[in-house]
Amino acid sequence: MQRSPQLNAKGELQHLLSIEGLPRDILLQILDTAESFVGVTEREVKKVPLLRGKSVFNLFFEPSTRTRTTFEIAAKRLSADVINLNITVSSQTKGESLLDTVANLSAMQADIFIVRHEASGAPFLIARHVKPHEHVINAGDGRHAHPTQGLLDLFTIRHYKKDFSRLTVAIVGDILHSRVARSLIHGLTTLGVPEVRVIAPQTLLPAGVEALGVRVFHDMRQGLKDCDVVVMLRLQNERMRGALLPSAQEYFKHYGLSADKLAVARRDAIVMHPGPMNRGVEIDSTVADGPHSVILPQVTFGIAVRMAVMSIVAGN
Amino acid sequence: MTKLPEADALCEKLAGELRPLVKSTTAMIGLYTGGAWLAERLHALLALREPLGLMDIAFYRDDYHAQGLHHDPKRTKIPFDVSGRDLLLVDDVLYTGRTVRAAMNELFDWGRPASISLVVLADRGGRQLPICAQHVGARVDVPAGMRLRLKREEGGKLALVLEPQRAA
Repeated sequence: MQRSPQLNAKGELQHLLSIEGLPRDILLQILDTAESFVGVTEREVKKVPLLRGKSVFNLFFEPSTRTRTTFEIAAKRLSADVINLNITVSSQTKGESLLDTVANLSAMQADIFIVRHEASGAPFLIARHVKPHEHVINAGDGRHAHPTQGLLDLFTIRHYKKDFSRLTVAIVGDILHSRVARSLIHGLTTLGVPEVRVIAPQTLLPAGVEALGVRVFHDMRQGLKDCDVVVMLRLQNERMRGALLPSAQEYFKHYGLSADKLAVARRDAIVMHPGPMNRGVEIDSTVADGPHSVILPQVTFGIAVRMAVMSIVAGN
Repeated sequence: MTKLPEADALCEKLAGELRPLVKSTTAMIGLYTGGAWLAERLHALLALREPLGLMDIAFYRDDYHAQGLHHDPKRTKIPFDVSGRDLLLVDDVLYTGRTVRAAMNELFDWGRPASISLVVLADRGGRQLPICAQHVGARVDVPAGMRLRLKREEGGKLALVLEPQRAA
């Protein structure tokens, strides 16, 4: 059997590239470790010395504020030195290749590369070419994967719902273009969630999505019925131009999460969103700010999850 | 085969030794896993007012770069302000002293205690750092290649056991 490119010869996590292909025990190791890091953030000194003397390079080939910032905070809480590179305005515009950029940073003694790239698979390419002591963490590649977002979603679900084995989880919106949805679906099925649903118009679903082990719904009231967890996805404005959808207003009418649609879910359902939110497009403000929303705790947990991933890969 | 002392008897002995020293500022912290069991026992025997603190030193270990992060670290929980406290730091077995060093480093990230005293059930010697315990249940000779640890049996009974050292 060919080894997963994210695992080392001992089967330990060497890089985090995608939730797909990660064994259940590694997913649980990350979630358990993150649980301990939540404790660190409650102390007077919110820092541990694990990555002292290590350099973490944030390589963002695509703009991002929240993900880059939470990686930066996580690395700093592990005592690493953090270097932020905004490549869109740097060497790439001068024609340097991706691997040349990485080789140069490696010559500056990097230990961890956090990579976001518009091309699916870019972090895999980098992981194949880095030195044995260097680690790559995918912070979002094209439409492919966003594993730390998926992990923080899993962490949030476990935090509020405890047991994956009796949950119904619905993921709503632009599944077609969402790397978050893919990562999360793989994680949920690996951890034994019995029912994962996707709710979207046909134009926003990838062909053959059922093969991922999900139930497909096109109607919110049917899809949300008795759900424990509702994950809303961001509707990217550029999709409107691509003739996939008639208008934002029309989309909200059918697929926007409002209090009355949410009413068919379980009474203790939680509502999640990876951000940034389009209020009034995929989610109504009364829900986003309401009692079911755990959108801000997701951001906080994201720091602990990223601390866990960095400290696990850097130690392997 | 070395005859190991009775853990329960050592608990009683340590509690007797600590009882006259308890002050209003005294609080206790146990180190996972064996030290936490011992601390639970001592905390009850001494009827300390502050709830018990529990600490996992995984994020402060000095072998992280060689061994990586330990699987399933427990969450450190210290339900009181450590600043100004006279802390009793409790572990099952004192050996190289590296765990205690890590624990003290973590403690100071929680605040500045007035004092820290180390309480151990067994001291097996072999220190690699200048650390000693103020309260020792027993000194135990451990044959080379063996590990001494505390075990909690069904029903909660504590017992010291010798087992072959795991390969590092």
